[in-house]
Amino acid sequence: MIKPFDSHTGKVVPLDAANVDTDAIIPKQFLKRIQKTGFGQFLFYDWRFEDGKENEDFILNKPEYKDASILLARKNFGCGSSREHAPWALEDYGFRVIIAPSFADIFYNNSFKNGILPISLENEQINYLFQQAEDPEYQLSIDLKNQTVKGSDGFSASFEIDDYRKWMLMKGLDEIGSTLINENEIGQYEKQHKIYYTSSRS
Amino acid sequence: MGKTMYEKIWDRHLVHEEKGQPGILYIDLHLVHEVTSPQAFEGLRVSGRKVRRPDLTFATMDHSIPTLNRSFPFKDEVAQKQVEALDKNCRDFEIELYDLNSRNQGIVHVIAPELGLTQPGQTIVCGDSHTSTHGAFGALAFGIGTSEVEHVLATQTLKQYKSKTLAINIEGELPQGTTAKDLILSMIGKFGHDFATGYVMEYRGDAIKKLSMEERMTVCNMSIEMGARAGLIEPDETTFHYIKGRQFAPKEEEWEAAIQDWKQLYSDADASFDEVVTFNAEEVTPKVTWGTNPGQVAGITEKVPSPEELPEDQQLAARKALDYIGLKPGTRIDETPVDVVFIGSCTNSRIEDLRKAAEIVNGYKVAENVRALVVPGSYQVKKQAEQEGLSDIFTEAGFEWREAGCSMCLGMNEDIVQPGERCASTSNRNFEGRQGRKARTHLVSPEMAAAAAIEGKFTDVRNWNVKKIEGIRQ
Repeated sequence: MIKPFDSHTGKVVPLDAANVDTDAIIPKQFLKRIQKTGFGQFLFYDWRFEDGKENEDFILNKPEYKDASILLARKNFGCGSSREHAPWALEDYGFRVIIAPSFADIFYNNSFKNGILPISLENEQINYLFQQAEDPEYQLSIDLKNQTVKGSDGFSASFEIDDYRKWMLMKGLDEIGSTLINENEIGQYEKQHKIYYTSSRS
Repeated sequence: MGKTMYEKIWDRHLVHEEKGQPGILYIDLHLVHEVTSPQAFEGLRVSGRKVRRPDLTFATMDHSIPTLNRSFPFKDEVAQKQVEALDKNCRDFEIELYDLNSRNQGIVHVIAPELGLTQPGQTIVCGDSHTSTHGAFGALAFGIGTSEVEHVLATQTLKQYKSKTLAINIEGELPQGTTAKDLILSMIGKFGHDFATGYVMEYRGDAIKKLSMEERMTVCNMSIEMGARAGLIEPDETTFHYIKGRQFAPKEEEWEAAIQDWKQLYSDADASFDEVVTFNAEEVTPKVTWGTNPGQVAGITEKVPSPEELPEDQQLAARKALDYIGLKPGTRIDETPVDVVFIGSCTNSRIEDLRKAAEIVNGYKVAENVRALVVPGSYQVKKQAEQEGLSDIFTEAGFEWREAGCSMCLGMNEDIVQPGERCASTSNRNFEGRQGRKARTHLVSPEMAAAAAIEGKFTDVRNWNVKKIEGIRQ
């Protein structure tokens, strides 16, 4: 079940990097598990750990940022591999919102299916938030219904999200169930639709 | 107003449309591998659902499998469990599986075209971002996450928003000594790593038409490295010729009908794209990436750039990349040594790739201190290369000759680049840690990788003294 998302208030950890790829979010050695759970411990593994020990310089390891639930990053977040292990790891670690100027396509889709809200804001807004988030106590409140992000300093921005994704996320709905409402139409479509290779199946 | 090829394929597959909602798009071919599917099958079990169309679903093992000794037990128990899970899932849900004993096994994006499963006008998905490869046939093909894998298994459809369309008009001809890999790396370098995010892009122009099917696959494979949802190339005689006679190709009267159908798959002259850009193929030179994303790329005769020379918004990323990759600005690319050479991956592991690499390697030896391996894309590619004598050329030169799989492209098996080592790789991603923790990846063509293996450093393959292969058995 997806956790329904209505509103969220939390601390913000600034990860000052562009093009954060899903290999960095969850390195390949952790993709062999066949469950969906328990990936948080491996999040950003090669950045968080050095020879098995925590890398103190990495922002997520700073004690004052450890309970942040909003991740702030630069453009093209989540690029590369389609691995859904990336949002599984982010969610399991405790992130519910990711704010960046832009997201890679597949990652953006995958996030919604795991109760994570990716929010795109303008570059100037992102730059401002990076400054504010230098204070680990800085908090943002996200209101999905009204599509707003508000800061403890009076920062206020609205964000775009299409109505369908918003509704699915607010309700925590299973998309398969919603598609199967149209199961008859799928059956009708199949009767007239030609797929050539099926004739060559033995 | 005419339609783009993308719109034609979209319209043919639209099952249901409702205002304010994504459309329900029918999926013709669902490819499955061991890494991104176990949680999807588990999801089906938990909710008591079946696979709607096992006959439109094909599975293989490629990502985490060893390429040396493939018999059980694997050295890596966790990888073995994942492979066993796929085997059980395919048996339970009655899905065709090309396992490690199958003649059809291989990298998922190599085997589907090879078997003739990939055909123009289809919708093709897989839990793998390099599904964009199949766009080379004029099929709408894209990578999906595991939740969507489960969605396709259960419904044979996906909820999709229509993408914006982007045409890349490629003018002129590829210069002698340059390849499809150099072309796509050049385009990513010029336009940027996230240039096509949200778009389905169509590669157009004579330079594309002149490419072989396998070269087109190399180009479309890396569409995702520009952020594109999918890449498309209009099907033509090259496409039809490639498909004809393959195992799953249409036969006899159906072949004629299929050709007529596929010939409709072009963007109409009056179709409008959301974005149109041009690229001059004449500018292409043999390329080597210097950074940690595929857009950070330079020509073989160039130098590693100084971050200050780059546009301001790229400087921070360039500094971080150079720090990771261990190169100083101003270093000549062709004086940069390599420790490892990897020829393989869904980008460049097909028979033509191996032939071209073997042509460079023939009569030479791999440089001392260089570890070089060739990992064919599929069992069939491997067998063919052995029949043609290519494997002998590689092994006599000192290359390791492996079984088919993804291998060192992403290092999920034991084929890993060690910390600090520099690898010339024919794969598609030079991300930090991609080939191994602290591994330094430089993306190149098969020819450039082969030459780097011999010289022990990057070398301009245009100046290579090719020793003709005698008695080749093609």
